[in-house]
Amino acid sequence: MPYPAYMEESIRKVEATRAERLKKGPLPRIPEAEREALVNKFHPDYRKEEMRELKVGPNKGERTPREVADLLEGSSRIDPDKIDLGKVDYDVDVLVVGCGGAGGSAALLAEENGASVLISSKLRLGDANTIGAQAGTQAADRPNDSPAIHYLDIMGGGHFTNDPDLAEALAKDAPDAIRWLESLGVEWDKEPDGSYHELSGGGCAVRRMHSCRDYTGLEEMRTIRDEMRQRNMHGRKIDWLEFEPVIELLMDDRGQVAGAILMNLETKQMSVVRARAVVMATGGVGRTHIQGFPTTNHYGATADGLVLAYRVGCPLIHMDTMQYHPTGAAFPPQILGLLITEKVRTLGAELVNCDGEQFVHPLEARDTEASAEIRECKERGKGVTTPTGEVGLWEDSPMVDIIRGEGTIARELPAMVRQFARFDIDMIHKPMLVYPTLHYQNGGIKIKADASTLVPGLFAAGECEGGVHGRNRLIGNSTLDLFVFGRRAGRAAAKWIKEVKPGKLTLEHVRQWQRELKEAGLESMPVSPMLLPNYARGNRPVPGFVPLGEASEYTPFGDRAVRWI
Amino acid sequence: MAEVAEKEKVQMLDIYVMGKRYKVPEGLTIQTALEYCGYHIIRGCGCRAGFCGACGTIYNFTYDPTIRYALGCQKEIEQNMVITQIPFFPATEAEYTIEDLEPEEGENKLLTLYPDIITCFGCNNCTKTCPQDLEVMEFMAAAIRGDIKRVAELSFDCLICGLCAARCPQGLQPYNIALAARRIYGHYMAPKSQHNLNRVIEIEEGKFDAELEELKKASEAELRKRYAAREIESAK
Repeated sequence: MPYPAYMEESIRKVEATRAERLKKGPLPRIPEAEREALVNKFHPDYRKEEMRELKVGPNKGERTPREVADLLEGSSRIDPDKIDLGKVDYDVDVLVVGCGGAGGSAALLAEENGASVLISSKLRLGDANTIGAQAGTQAADRPNDSPAIHYLDIMGGGHFTNDPDLAEALAKDAPDAIRWLESLGVEWDKEPDGSYHELSGGGCAVRRMHSCRDYTGLEEMRTIRDEMRQRNMHGRKIDWLEFEPVIELLMDDRGQVAGAILMNLETKQMSVVRARAVVMATGGVGRTHIQGFPTTNHYGATADGLVLAYRVGCPLIHMDTMQYHPTGAAFPPQILGLLITEKVRTLGAELVNCDGEQFVHPLEARDTEASAEIRECKERGKGVTTPTGEVGLWEDSPMVDIIRGEGTIARELPAMVRQFARFDIDMIHKPMLVYPTLHYQNGGIKIKADASTLVPGLFAAGECEGGVHGRNRLIGNSTLDLFVFGRRAGRAAAKWIKEVKPGKLTLEHVRQWQRELKEAGLESMPVSPMLLPNYARGNRPVPGFVPLGEASEYTPFGDRAVRWI
Repeated sequence: MAEVAEKEKVQMLDIYVMGKRYKVPEGLTIQTALEYCGYHIIRGCGCRAGFCGACGTIYNFTYDPTIRYALGCQKEIEQNMVITQIPFFPATEAEYTIEDLEPEEGENKLLTLYPDIITCFGCNNCTKTCPQDLEVMEFMAAAIRGDIKRVAELSFDCLICGLCAARCPQGLQPYNIALAARRIYGHYMAPKSQHNLNRVIEIEEGKFDAELEELKKASEAELRKRYAAREIESAK
């Protein structure tokens, strides 16, 4: 779907200001005091009416988006009285729940540290947010950089709300995470002498983004997945169940997490897994479509890990803060909300309004950048409205080839070129229309530096844990988080299984949970974990959403289909 | 601009899901069209953004038997399209340990792992199939020659959707062969990054521990001060 004529007209204004903008360079960064006011006024996290207070569980009294609260306070999918825990289907040392970069790293490290590992994967092995990560992975490994500078960036990006121990672990383990991935065969972008080709990113003082073209997460994930397959073929103790998510954790009578109940999504059969340790690595919440936002997230990003951990009494942290990526596609409608990597701005593209004017430095931290975009559209009316009623701003991608030489976009951003070309848009020569999209859950399950949680036997890694990034994560620190805390969780779980004294399996916590829901008047809440969104027409996909209309009313545009509130 | 949307009448198209006809509005992708038809997808859906390869799809048209290929989430439906998804295709990967694959003079490791690749007769079905428009047959030829670097380069954007293997008349699996090539290249052949290895050692030796410890203990006001005073390296 090429741009309609009136959008082409706006593009001509962008082109008209380009030479002058190239000469002047980007706008200055926003001073701290002004930045806070901007974020407070325009960032979706600050819309109080969109949050509600939790009535039960370890975070009782705290506020979180309504969509997440409904899931956290959902009813169990199982009736504990009808489950026979005497019949154990799988008996393993470590159960890993979820298999993106964090789950995969945890599984590999647990296995090589002597544990038998079973992975529960809701989709295929590796079909996770990791695979869609484009820009890169941070690591302070150049001579002019240091883990201390990286630490400052992490803390500043998170507005100094991060857990210092976790931020330190992230910065300190980073160079070794890059080395580890390369030892598995990851092909990093390199200069001819072998040094890494490193780019800067929003909120970073030093260039430290390690990339694999704009398929960084794909390269990381397919390599880790292959390593798991190879170890499995060699008869090593690592195995997985695809399309078989966890629907409830098991505990033992000593108060430890001790396994899980799994459900086969195709046959609906349940199985009992006994495990000495469980690593939660279920990723994010994008498919709950908080505040009706489209999302960059994969099909299974439905907050399952938060729900499961919450029900065994595990506290969550920073659950009132989500990351809205500044550049989700606003056009064409078929790719609405999908990620346009920050790397495009890293390489030099500016954001401009319908008149081709800059309104923000292109590399502010993500919450600031997104807030400035929302202000430009909502308050100043300088957005471009698409034929389907979306509003967006121009990301002036052609600047990249002008600044860095012809061929840069094709070489550095093949995924972006391909994605837009599929819908007849040439992003090498024409700007892209963008708007913030729901991208990342900043908070999550509270962990310590070894990735253990506050409930014995339960570990967590990757997007489902919180505290690492504080209230705002920087580019390239999410994929890093996977390998740093994934590996830490795998090691810690393997250590834990040698020390733990297992008790008798129980589902008493589920009975207790249902009683608490009843006392709080929440017994009619929908069941959770959600497992998969249901986008089938005629279904209620997410609590709080009304059914879709008839064909004549249907707006046939991807995730928009489920966003009618 | 909302008026524009209302004025434009949405056209309904006929599509055939595994032979069964549905009427769906134009503008949907194959994936959202299936959902419009009422399917709650379990297999055949992953990132929904063209990166994971879970939604490999085969289609043709009622009036044109030529078989075509796409990712369901990245292809817009067209009138009289007949579609079926291939969410899984059986393929047997060769067994190896990356540490045992060091390239040696006179030995083509890819041929050792996958001896059948010499049976490729260049029909080019794999290239025509690839939803990423990769030169699959070209990298298969490079694999037969033992040019691992070339295989790694040409196959880099592979999503491992498996459609090439589904269409190979010789039962070859180009995506797995390319995966092995890239891992060998990344592990052995790419030049080493000395500055990274140096940094790993420095960290192990505790070079940054005192500085980090001090930062961890610093007050928020102090951290804010240092954060604001950071020297920002040019973007390059």
